[in-house]
Amino acid sequence: MITISGKTIAEKIFSAHSGTDARAADIVIADVDFVMGQDGTSPLAIRALANMGVEQVFDPEKVALVIDHSSPSPIEGVSALHTMMREFGARTGVRVYDIGEGVCHQVVPEHGHVVPGDLMVGCDSHTCTYGAVNVFSTGVGSTDGAAAMASGKLWFRVPDTMKVTYTGEIQPGVFSKDLVLYLAGKIGVDGATYEAIEFHGPVIDALSVDARMTISNMAIEVGAKAGLMKADEKTLAWYAGRSPRTPAPVDPDADAVYASEIEIDASAVGPQIAKPHAVDNVSPIEDVEGTPIAQGFVGTCTNGRLEDLAIAAEILGGRRVHPDVRFIVAPASKQIYLDAMVAGYIQTLVEAGAAVVTPGCGPCVGTHNGVPSDGENVISTANRNFKGRMGNSNAFIYLGSPATVAASVIEGKITDPRKYFG
Amino acid sequence: MELRAKAFKYGDDINTDYIISGKYKFKSADMEAMAVHAMEDLDPDYYQKVKPEGGFLVAGRNFGMGSSREQAPLVLIHSNTRAVLAKGFARIFYRNAINTGLPVVECDTDLIDDGDELLVDLHSGVVRNITKGTEIPFAPLPAVMEQLLADGGLVEHFKKHGGFDL
Repeated sequence: MITISGKTIAEKIFSAHSGTDARAADIVIADVDFVMGQDGTSPLAIRALANMGVEQVFDPEKVALVIDHSSPSPIEGVSALHTMMREFGARTGVRVYDIGEGVCHQVVPEHGHVVPGDLMVGCDSHTCTYGAVNVFSTGVGSTDGAAAMASGKLWFRVPDTMKVTYTGEIQPGVFSKDLVLYLAGKIGVDGATYEAIEFHGPVIDALSVDARMTISNMAIEVGAKAGLMKADEKTLAWYAGRSPRTPAPVDPDADAVYASEIEIDASAVGPQIAKPHAVDNVSPIEDVEGTPIAQGFVGTCTNGRLEDLAIAAEILGGRRVHPDVRFIVAPASKQIYLDAMVAGYIQTLVEAGAAVVTPGCGPCVGTHNGVPSDGENVISTANRNFKGRMGNSNAFIYLGSPATVAASVIEGKITDPRKYFG
Repeated sequence: MELRAKAFKYGDDINTDYIISGKYKFKSADMEAMAVHAMEDLDPDYYQKVKPEGGFLVAGRNFGMGSSREQAPLVLIHSNTRAVLAKGFARIFYRNAINTGLPVVECDTDLIDDGDELLVDLHSGVVRNITKGTEIPFAPLPAVMEQLLADGGLVEHFKKHGGFDL
């Protein structure tokens, strides 16, 4: 008797989008529900479309470009690329989210462009973020993006899946960022190359959608193609009013076959720090406490959401940023900026000494808005600490949670945030 | 297709910021101008060394980890890098390389030293190390990728077939 095993989330989404019985390692041509590009990658995609001889996209409603990486433009070369994107939008009917709208990975789900069960590609590696809302989303290059914009299709290798289950209970002062940094330290930067990850367990269920996105966002940092979670009532509530489409949540089958399974006891995980210059160079915060810092940064597609700003504001309320530290805050989107203003977080952070910059990616990718100086240490909520990442290869980037960054900018050195959560 | 050149060897986990830093990538769409900065933070002389005669970039595990920037394979192509040989590749870089026409070879690079003269036979799946007189076999590309490389990349594939024909 032949037993056909069940399917993972990835296998189900690829089956539904390719019209085949898709299994891990199959190569399929699948329909994509949405295609996104940002200002670092869209110009090459627009050029590839022109080289293909393609003048219109397959469906202007299913494509968007976001100006976020150098936004507003810091130099004339970038201004020309932004103009190219705006002209493409005017010509094709594709929506261009211009300066100030926010980081693409916040803008796309926030505006309801994807819903649970979708398959989407974005010309940015952190496109895996929307796995947190049950979308198979993955980063591709500009030429792949152009092919998807032209045809509404792309070829994919259906990935194997690693199942990561967080058990126990997250401790006070510890956040989803710490949980995902711990995973990176455990499996390494190529621990899940070519694979999808499914995140499960009571700890994930208990997290907000904002906090879940932090985890899925960093799936790429261990080489994964996607970082998928089930859709639950929180996911569906988050989507209320955002999209006219009906979400089609996809759960894995109980007998799905996983390439590997990892269980992490969240109760035993404290604040984590990724040290220079690799995301898997992770230590418990105790090992690096006291390291002096010159700059702190809260923002990015990893940790620039409302909950992150709330955590920072809670710690910094009535306190001051250390006089020797610059503290930069970039809300992940205009909507988050507005919500944070109404909630009073922006006022609290600015009064404490923060410099709030335009929603976008600038400080994290080294284009502008906070390039560190030679020899300086930076503590950041971003997802990458590669050498040169923030624009200076002689600087040192430490990654942590928004709470860790907030606690550290007060004291001018890396500081355990748990004392504020006693 | 046979390619012959000298090996320029580097280590594991070479990320896309090393291949081309974000601070350059966002400034321009001129790949010739950007290519002089290829691999700069890891080896400031990379472009000077490879450009005149061409070369193979040889690395360890997880080459091309990090961002989706297609400028990474493009600056390597424009710096006269004929192929990248590594023990393994990050998936977005791997796709981008094939889509833009940069051959990528997954093989045991411990058997190659910096400066070795190599002959890479992409069709039969073998790296001949002329300096050492050894051969390193590698698995051929899956059919879909071979077809794309044979067409000259994804853009040429689309021009030829009017869409996906794989």
